[in-house]
Formats: sequence, structure tokens, C-alpha cells
Amino acid sequence: MSSSFNLFRVGISFVMMCIFCKSAVGSLSELSPQKYFSTLQPGKASLAYFCQADSPRNSVFLEELNEAVKPLQDYGISVAKVNCVKEETSRYCGKEKDLMKAYLFRGNIVLREFPPDTLFDVNAIVAHVLFALLFNEVKYISTLEDLQNIESALKGKASIAFSYVRAIGTPEHRAVMEAAFVYGTTYQFVLTTETALLESIGTEDIENAHLYFFHCKQVLDLTEQCRRTLMEPPLTTLNIHRFIKTMEAPLLTEVAEDPQQVSTVHLQLGLPLVFIVSQQATYEADRRTAEWVAWRLLGKAGVLLLLRDSSEVDIPQHANVVFRRAEEGVPVEFLVLHDVDLIISRVESNMHIEEIQEDEDEDMASPDMDIQDDEVAETVYRDRKRRLPLELTVELTEETFNTTVVASDSIVLFYAGWQAVSMAFLQSYIDLAIKLKGTSTMLLARVNCADWSDLCTKQKVTEFPVVKMYKEGKTPVSYTGMLGTEDLLKFIQLNRISCPVNITSVQEAEEYLNGELHKDLISYSSVSVLGLFSPNMTTVKEDFTEAGNCLKGYVITGIYSEEDVLILSNKYAATLPALLLARHKEGKIESIPLANSPAQDIVQIITNALLETFPEITVENLPIYLRLQKPLLILFSEGSINPQYKKAMLTLAKNKHLDSLTPCWLNLKNTPAGQGILQAYFDALPPLPLLVVVNLHSGGQVFAFPSDQAITEQNLLLWLKKLEAGLESHITVLPAQEWKPPLPAYDFLSMMDAAASHHPTRKDPECTKETDASEKDKKQEDKSAIRKEPIETLRIKHWNRSNWFKGGKSFRHDNKEL
Amino acid sequence: MAYFLQRAGRDYAVFERAPRPGSFFTRYPRHRQLISINKRHTGKANAEFNLRHDWNSLLSHDPRLLFRHYSRAYFPDAGDMVRYLGDFAQRLGLHVLYNTTITHVTLHKARQAWNGHYFILTDQMGHTHQCSVLLVATGLSVPNQVDFPGSEYVEGYESVSVDPEDFEGQNVLILGRGNSAFETAENILGVTNFIHMLSRSRVRLSWATHYVGDLRAINNGLLDTYQLKSLDGLLESDLTDLAIVKDREGKFHVTLKFFLEEGNQSADAVTLPQDDNDNFAMRVAYDRVIRCLGWNFDFSIFNKSLRLSSGGEFSKKYPLIKASYESKGSRGLFVLGTASHSVDYRKSAGGFIHGFRYTVRAVHRLLEHRHHGVAWPSTELPTSQLTSAIVRRVNEASGLYQMFSVLADVVLLKENATAFEYLEEFPVQMLAQLETITGRKARHGLFVIDMEYGRNFSGPDKDVFFYDRSVGHTEDAWRSNFLHPVVYYYRHLPTEQEVRFRPAGWALPRPTAIHHVVEDFLTDWTAPVGHILPLRRFLENCLDTDLRSFYAESCFLFALTHQKLPPFCQQGYLRAQGLVGTESLR
Repeated sequence: MSSSFNLFRVGISFVMMCIFCKSAVGSLSELSPQKYFSTLQPGKASLAYFCQADSPRNSVFLEELNEAVKPLQDYGISVAKVNCVKEETSRYCGKEKDLMKAYLFRGNIVLREFPPDTLFDVNAIVAHVLFALLFNEVKYISTLEDLQNIESALKGKASIAFSYVRAIGTPEHRAVMEAAFVYGTTYQFVLTTETALLESIGTEDIENAHLYFFHCKQVLDLTEQCRRTLMEPPLTTLNIHRFIKTMEAPLLTEVAEDPQQVSTVHLQLGLPLVFIVSQQATYEADRRTAEWVAWRLLGKAGVLLLLRDSSEVDIPQHANVVFRRAEEGVPVEFLVLHDVDLIISRVESNMHIEEIQEDEDEDMASPDMDIQDDEVAETVYRDRKRRLPLELTVELTEETFNTTVVASDSIVLFYAGWQAVSMAFLQSYIDLAIKLKGTSTMLLARVNCADWSDLCTKQKVTEFPVVKMYKEGKTPVSYTGMLGTEDLLKFIQLNRISCPVNITSVQEAEEYLNGELHKDLISYSSVSVLGLFSPNMTTVKEDFTEAGNCLKGYVITGIYSEEDVLILSNKYAATLPALLLARHKEGKIESIPLANSPAQDIVQIITNALLETFPEITVENLPIYLRLQKPLLILFSEGSINPQYKKAMLTLAKNKHLDSLTPCWLNLKNTPAGQGILQAYFDALPPLPLLVVVNLHSGGQVFAFPSDQAITEQNLLLWLKKLEAGLESHITVLPAQEWKPPLPAYDFLSMMDAAASHHPTRKDPECTKETDASEKDKKQEDKSAIRKEPIETLRIKHWNRSNWFKGGKSFRHDNKEL
Repeated sequence: MAYFLQRAGRDYAVFERAPRPGSFFTRYPRHRQLISINKRHTGKANAEFNLRHDWNSLLSHDPRLLFRHYSRAYFPDAGDMVRYLGDFAQRLGLHVLYNTTITHVTLHKARQAWNGHYFILTDQMGHTHQCSVLLVATGLSVPNQVDFPGSEYVEGYESVSVDPEDFEGQNVLILGRGNSAFETAENILGVTNFIHMLSRSRVRLSWATHYVGDLRAINNGLLDTYQLKSLDGLLESDLTDLAIVKDREGKFHVTLKFFLEEGNQSADAVTLPQDDNDNFAMRVAYDRVIRCLGWNFDFSIFNKSLRLSSGGEFSKKYPLIKASYESKGSRGLFVLGTASHSVDYRKSAGGFIHGFRYTVRAVHRLLEHRHHGVAWPSTELPTSQLTSAIVRRVNEASGLYQMFSVLADVVLLKENATAFEYLEEFPVQMLAQLETITGRKARHGLFVIDMEYGRNFSGPDKDVFFYDRSVGHTEDAWRSNFLHPVVYYYRHLPTEQEVRFRPAGWALPRPTAIHHVVEDFLTDWTAPVGHILPLRRFLENCLDTDLRSFYAESCFLFALTHQKLPPFCQQGYLRAQGLVGTESLR
């Protein structure tokens, strides 16, 4: 397909073009002998197959013959099947049933007869027929002497296209014959199937077909040998055409115009142009160089001599070579190449890139593995040049660390300078330093573990980033919250008070509960917890203290266990021991009884108590609500939530209708990621507000509350009932697949294998083979682990490509087999 | 080793023949200049990284005990080494019995002993000492002597004069072509008539072989004068075929053993090669012949029952040991230090301080597990930290760097590959026995992180300066020539067979998949796209998961639109430890 496409692009002659148009227009005509002979016209060639009747044995041949009809018609050769019926026998109808033959006529004269087995396929048919017809144009030779005779006879007269094919009737033979049909009158075509002859002219690779162009026409001195150019691409009709066209083109053209405007046959043939930049002073030498380059690149690129002095084009001062790709719209490249070989390799590597690119199209766009697809690494890299006010934090070293953290309470960020996540967080850390500038007693410090590795190990930092708080006389505490400015700020601020705070009077307790006591901290912790104990409840007091310590930096906790604790417990209707929760935003105080729970359970109780009934879900708090492992009931709201909806939800929750769900709402203004979520849920986005139930933990179904219904308590209740009963159908199911590698990796193992198989000279003792044998099974499995993508083979090709120019010819052909 | 045992609180004693540590360095190298580099500045603060370029320090927790505090010289004086070792033993309070020469070691079978036998050591006073584990770090103490007629005329490296004046105007023949031979030559190069150097095989330049035991550039002045025709020269011949005869004037002539055997013993009448072949290279008479043929291990004190034998044909000078440094003959006997070099002779640095300081630590870790139930130290981390853990180590680990292809880090995956254990500097040749000798489990696949030179980049005849010797593209990383990290992935722990019959030139058996981190001119493998990204892709494909990192906002989106989350979100965001990011990054 792609070759026929290229064909149109290069605008080849009509005859050639039609060869590739596989159409069913010309179908095999079936005639009686008499009828057939009556159609023969003088001077016109015709191929006829004489057969007794439709014997199935010949049907394969007939199919091939049928296919040959169209190409042969393009060369003006008609094809027919002649049925030898009893009444009308012809001498061409074989005597015996099986011995059927095909005959080539010109007019009514038989040129050749073919036993059907020589015409084994369509290529053989076309090749044989053209070979017979072009008997004069294509000389078949078998010895070197024949070749030399032809060569000396043609010196100064015509050039030679000498080709070797492995056998007559092969596709390569057909390609050569088709080329001869077009160019046979201009050039002398010479054909051989003798490998010895090929070897004697110095070709090592005798496996493949070859075509040499002997430049004999220009030879004036008869003792001189004709220059030869080997055609490197495989022998196909198109390639030969392209090759001969470039042989016809002038070897070297002098130009003075803009390289971008120059047009030569090379560009039309899809070959690049190389301009050797010359100036008056060095013209002679440059011309010689350019000629030399032109010979080397003959058939691969067009070479032109660009005169800098007479040219009006702005050529960079040092550039001595201009390279122009065949593709339209690609800007020319100005190069400085000090070695002629570099020019050659430049062109050759470019050629192969073209080939590879074609491959890539076929393989369906392979992704570029070097593209950073890690968003953190990408943003950090993009932002790398921005200078951070790092001086706002103290950089600690192995020497200064201990003295510093002893001297003052410190927060230390341990990070690694090369790790993207660390560096992203470092920015938040610096932002925090900006916010706290001059207000905090806490020292903000950092340690780059890429420099102070041993220090980090000593501080038990094995992963990055880690934040630790060092306070005098206490074991360092690791920060376990979100890696962001706000959360860390909260942690630092709440750490200013000891937790739990020891409350000493009822009045202080009241101040604590109404937020007066820690006014400045209320914005960081919307809930204050107060533990109420009688003075003799030592165990539970200790447990609570431990729990408070655990939550230090995350929640404000206080403890009251004076004799008059009953005043408080009575006031808030709590049975001792109890927790009082003061929700400052709502101005509510609840009490929770505290049985004899261990510290861990108390932590759990407090954390659960912190959860709101109908929270606004955000990036920061979602993980906490996900821990409940319940389906989420989310109300998506454009901005702040409509109080009516909120009321409806709270009422439902109060009446225990929402116990199996986690009700929440999402403010798209605060949490723009909500847009993406909605897009994943709905094909066409209905107007907001939208209410959905997302069954994240079992099944992933998403149910949408009908958007034409008003969000009222009744409607919701009804819908939830239906949902529970399984009467609602889901709008989508969230994908459940695992997260797989986004792109394949380089498969170095197979690259190494490929290379090893190309270097048999390398040591390869038997033990290798043994292992290989035992590894065979594993290799099979490997395919599942390392996804075999086309890209891998491509990379191998790519590697080989770069190696081609180092190896010799034979090496090159080895690689092609890949 | 004493330091490690001391830190672990083990019962040990060190026997030292001399009255102080490092007695070797009080006499050797004879010309007093150490050829191990003492690089005091690397431009980096990372202490672990700096050990890559400090070839003289021993390992300890005390930063004062670094060699750079003892000498400012790049090639330091041996006297500084003596001082350093003395301080090391003293400051760390190591339990060393000086002036104790062990004259005999034998084995005593005992069922209750750790290894079924005790080692009985007898000292010069006739006292015996009994131990369960014997660690032999006696180095190579016996000068290698080749027996040939006339070898009695030869002076040894160990005793030859180091005063150049003694060589004024002399013709000198040096046998050997190692660093000691060249060091001797270097010392007298300017005062002799000429120096000829004779050895069995051609000179091996350490810059070409990447083996520090081969001829170092600091000693190779003679190569320069040889190649520039300054009368000095190098010759190759097998010493065992030669003979040296002394003439009436006391000069030495080189001849062939074969001629001596013809009968006529009178010195002046011995046939000389030049009698037949009048352009024989060594036809001149020499004033001195010096032997610098290297050293052998002293096997003499070990009783046969220990079955401590020398290595095969290629390493006669070393005792035969396993890749775990344990003697093949008797369990519980380990060979440490220079004498343990048979494991990586001519490959890595195990015969030198900057190499064996790590192998000794590895042996200590093996012993801790074998006898005290202390598993090989490891760090357990979530998978999202895997790429970082590897990047960190390849950029700073000195043990991997110095003992390339011998010690390697091992990552043992946990079930479902959600977490992993990181083991440092494990002797890779023992990979098959990893579970038994470390006490760690390798049931769910493993990575081995090794440093390697390019496969065809080391050898005595290699041109290591060839054009295009380094690669820059990640896809060509496997063709890297300079030392670079290589990560092997095995779905199962390789068997002993697989380790033994690994492909030629491979440090490890054929893995399920392999990754090369492209070589780096600065040995800094932290480039986000050039180094880290391809490594991540490799790890991802081995583990069949997505190891990218995400901001909390992305994790939030995934959490509400997918049933499963990538490891980074699972291990960070879902635990309320998501990465929030800042305005400028988003």
C-alpha cells in the first residue's frame, strides 16, 4: 500500500503506475482456439494458455494468470485462456490431457512456449513474458568475460544497468524486467544469475539481488573502467525507477539561490539535498570535494554546490554544508561539518530515520519513552530555574545539626535534592517559612540528604521527604500529615500548646470550650476536646493523656480532673469519664462517654468525633472520610451549598437514613478537580447541583439522583429507598483495573541478545547456551512482565542503524533481517 | 573486622605479630609512597560518596578516623598509614594482642562448637587459644620466588636497597612487571645506565584493565623512557626457562636453563643465547638483578586438618575460599583482607583497603546472622519509594562503587510488590544462598543493583580512549563503557547452578529483565529524564504497576473516579499524606 502511495507522490509515468493498481478490470478472457487466433493483431504480443477443460489441478495457475492479466495489459500484452474443445483442436492443444502449455505470440508468430511450471506465480509470469519480449534489450550473461565485453563495447556510448537475481521468475527479476521495459532503450540492461560473476566484481553478499549502474557513457578513455554505483535499497520496481532517475540527474549542480527554493529531481524522488557551501577563493577545491561527495551519495541524495559570494541567502558564517530534507516544510539545516565522512553519515542516518518513521506509522504511533509523564517531576523540572528564598530556612549540616536542634525547638525537613517529590514539597516548606517569618519561635531548618546522607541515616530518615519536630528534652516527632503548607502550618501552630492542656478551674474550662482560651488556634482546629475525669481515675487519665499526645499537632485536647469536675459533667450531661467536644464553628458542645478504653481507642474515638455529618469534601479531607469505607453521597455544588439542601441532608442524617452512606458536598469553586469527576460520571453534564452516590469500595457503580427532581427530603428519601432496593440503575461503573506501567521500558536484554547474535566473534562459550536453553520457558513468561511493544523492536533497529555506518557491507545486510 | 565485632559486642581477640598495627606499612612499600589515592576534596559533602575517592580509610562511625586527616598528599606516605592504623586501633579500643605470633593453627572437633570444631591457635610462647570462628587476615606475606638456576644471585624487593646512589651507573635487570617492579624502577630510573624489565606476560595498565592492582600511571615512568628509546626496556619471557650466571667480574648474564643442563658448569663456559643468536636482546651483562614478583599467602602455620589450600592454577598465591570468604576446607574459617582477593582477583578491589573494608563488613553481617540470629540489616519501604531508594544508593554508595560486580545491593519484594526490603552490599556470587545467609525472604522476586564497566571495556590490550567511547542516549545505556549502575530483575531467586553457569562476562545469571543506567561523566545519576525516568519505567514494567508520583489533587480525582489507585496515592494520599504542591507548581 505504502509503495503505491509513494508512487503517486513521486509522479512516475503512467505505465509504471498501473502496475500497482491491482484492479479486477482486466479479467481473463476464455476463448475457443479459432476465436483466439482471430483476435491476434500483427505486432501485438499475446499470452495464451491452452487447456482441455477446467481441471481443478490448474486452478492455482489460473488464479495467478488471472492476476497477471492487468499488469501485462499495461505493457500492451493480452492474455487469454484458450479452451481446446473437441470440435476445434489446435496444434497448440497438447496431445495429452495433462500436458498443457502457455504460448507467447507476437502477431500470430510463436515467440516462446512455457511449460506451466515455469510460470509458478504472477511475478514469474510477468518476468518471463517481459524477458522473452525484451530479448534484445536485456542481455543475459553468465561469465565475467561477457560483462567485460559489453562494458568495453559501450564505453562512451551508453551506461549499463547490471543486475544479479537469484533465479529467473523471482519478484526481483520481474522488477528488473519492468524497469528494462521503460529504460531498456536508454540503458543497456544486463542480467545474470551466476553468483560467481557477482563475486568476481567484488560483492560479498550473494544472498540478495543486486543492481549496479555502470557509468560507461561518460567514459572517454577506453582503458578506464566504468564507474559503478550499487543500488542499496531492495530491488523493487519503484526503487529501481528512483535509482535510475538519480543516475540520470546531473552529478553536481551549481546554484546561487536560496536552498529552500531549489528544486531538483531528488526532492521529487523523496531524497534529501546536500549543498556544499563554496566561495570564490576556494571554489576549485570545493568543487572537487563536492564531486567526491556527489559520487559517494549518488542514489542517496542530490549534491549541489552553493556559491556563497553570489548568493543572496544569509548563510551562517561558519556553516559549510546545508542540508535539506525531502519533506516539505522542514526548514533547511545549516551545518558545520569538518569531515566529508560526516556529510555522508549525516545523509545516511537521515535516510534511515525516514524509513523508521514509516515503520512507526505502520506500528501505530509509538509513544516517546523519554517524555516525562510524572506530573510532579515535570512541574519541578519546569520550575527549576525559579530561585526560591531558601535563606528563610536554615540549612543544616552534619556539623551544625546537633547544636542547632538542641539550641532551639526546630522543624527539620529532610529531603533529597534530586527527588522531585522532595523538591515540590520544599516549595511548600519555603511558603510556610514566608508565612511564619518573624512570628514563630520554631526554627525552620532543612537537611539535604543528598549531601548529608549519614546524618539522615542517623536520624532514621530512609525515605524522602520527611519532616521531624525536635523539642528540647523530647524524642523527635515525625509529621504525618499532608505535605502542604496549610497542614504543616496547622501542625506547627497546634504544637505550640502542650496536649492535652491541663485545665485547672471550671472557669478556665469554660473558656477552653468556648474558644476563648486558645483564640489564635481555633482557626487551625475547629474542634476542641476536653477530657473530664474524677481525680481518682488515674488509668483512664493516663490513657487520655497519651492519646492527646498522639494527636498533638492535629487536634486541641485538654484535660480537667479537679474535685469540682461534676459541675461540668452535670452541665453537659456527661457521665464520667467523658469527652466534651466543642465545635467552635457551630458553637455546639457534645459529650461522649469514655469507657475504659486504651489510648489507641481514645485516639480513634476522637478522630471519629472530628468527622462532620455533612462535610464539604476537599482534596485534603477526602482520605479521612474514605476510611469509613462507605459509599459516598456527594452533592456537587457550583459554589456554596444551598442551605435548603443542607437542611434536608442533615435531617435525613439525623433520622438515621444516611447511616450506610457518607454524605458530603463538593464545592466546585474550592475543588476544581470536581469538574473532572463529573465528566467521568456523566456523558452529558446535566446542570448543577448534582447528587450522586458513588459505591467506591464495592463495585464502583455511580448512581445519579434524577436531575429533574428537586432535592428535597422526601425525594431523596424515596430515591435512596429505591437505590437500596436495587431499583435504580447506575449511570456508570468506575474502572477497576490496576495501574499499569504507563509506557514500556527499554528491553535491554533483547537488545543485548540481538547484538550478541551479530557478533559471533565474541566469546560465547557453551555455558551460555545451556542457560539459554533453560531460560527459554522464562522468556515466554517475560513477555507478560515486560510488555512487548513495537517500540522495542524499533529501538533495536534504531540501535542497529547507528551501528551500520561502523560495520561493513555484510554487517549491514545482517541487520536488515531484523 | 575488630571494629565491627566490637560494635556488635562480640567476644573476639586480634593477634598481631608486631608491637603495633600496620606493621606491613612500616616496611612496605619500600619506596614509601602509597599508590592508593587520598582525595580530600570531591566538591561534595556526602561522606558516603567521598569514600568512593578515599582509598585508605577504614570504616568506622568516627569521622575523625578518616585518612584525609592524616595526610595531605594525594599519594600519601606509608608512614602516615602506620600512624592512622595505630590511631584506629587505639581510639576505637580494639582488643588486639600485640607481639603475639601465631605459629600453628589446628582444628579440634567438638560437638558443642558452632561449626562442630574449635580452632586451636598456638603462639610463640606455646600458649594456646581456642575460638569458634577464625578470621585470617594475614595478607600475603611470603615473597614469591621463582626457582631457576642462578636465582641465588637475585635480590628481592623486600630487601633491595632503596638508595638510588647504590645503583649509580649500573645495568639493572628487574624481574616482574607489577607495581613493585615499576616502583623500584621509578626510584632508580635516573641513575642507572639502563633498566630492563623481564616478565612472563605483557604489562597490564590499570587504566586499561580498570583493576587497581595492575600498573598504575604513577609508577609507569619506565614505559615512557622505553617507548621513547631511552635505553630502558621491557621484555617478555617465562622466568622458569631462564638462568642467570655470574662471570668472573661479578656481572650477571642471562641465559637459558636449557643451556645449563647441557653439562658444562663452569660459569664462563656456559653457552649464552648470543653465541647462536648475536642480537639476543639481553646479551649485555647486568650489575644487579632484582626480583619483584609479588607475594604469596603464608600457608605454613595452618595444620592440614584445616584443609586450607591454595586456589587453582590462576590464583596460587591465595587460599581457596568461597564467595562468602569462608574457606572451602573448613567451616568457620574466613579469609579477610588482602588474602581474600581470590574472589575478585584482577576484577575488583577486594585485595585493597578500599575494597576489603566492605567485604569484611559483609562477612561480619553473615556471621551476625549465622551465630547471633541478627538478620542482614535492611530497610523496609513502600514501593513508591523504590525508584528513590535505588537512585540514592547508586549516587552515593561507596561499597558498590569500589567493589563493583562483587558486592551489590539487593531489593527483596514483598507480596504483591507493595513494599520492599533493601539490603546493602551483598556478595552477589552468594545470591542463590541469600535466604539462608541473610535471614531475609526472597519469595516475591528481587532486584540486584550492581555497578559495572562495559562488557568489552576492560583488558590489558584495550584502547580505552577510543572515539565514541561513551554513550549519552538512554536507549543506548546498555552499551555504556564506564562504571555505571545495572539493575537486574529476577522473578525468582537464581539457583546455585544458574549463578555458577552464568553467561561468560556476566556478573550475575541471566535475569528476567535488565536495566542499565546510562554512564555519566560526573557519576551523577540524578538527571530526571536521562537517568531516573528510564529507571522508573524499568521498575514499573518489572512490577507491572505505575510508579509515577502525583499531586494530592490528582489522587483526589483518581480516588473518586477509579476503584483502584496508583501506589503513590495509596501509600501517600490515602494515608492523608498527599503532596499538596504550591501555586507556582500547578
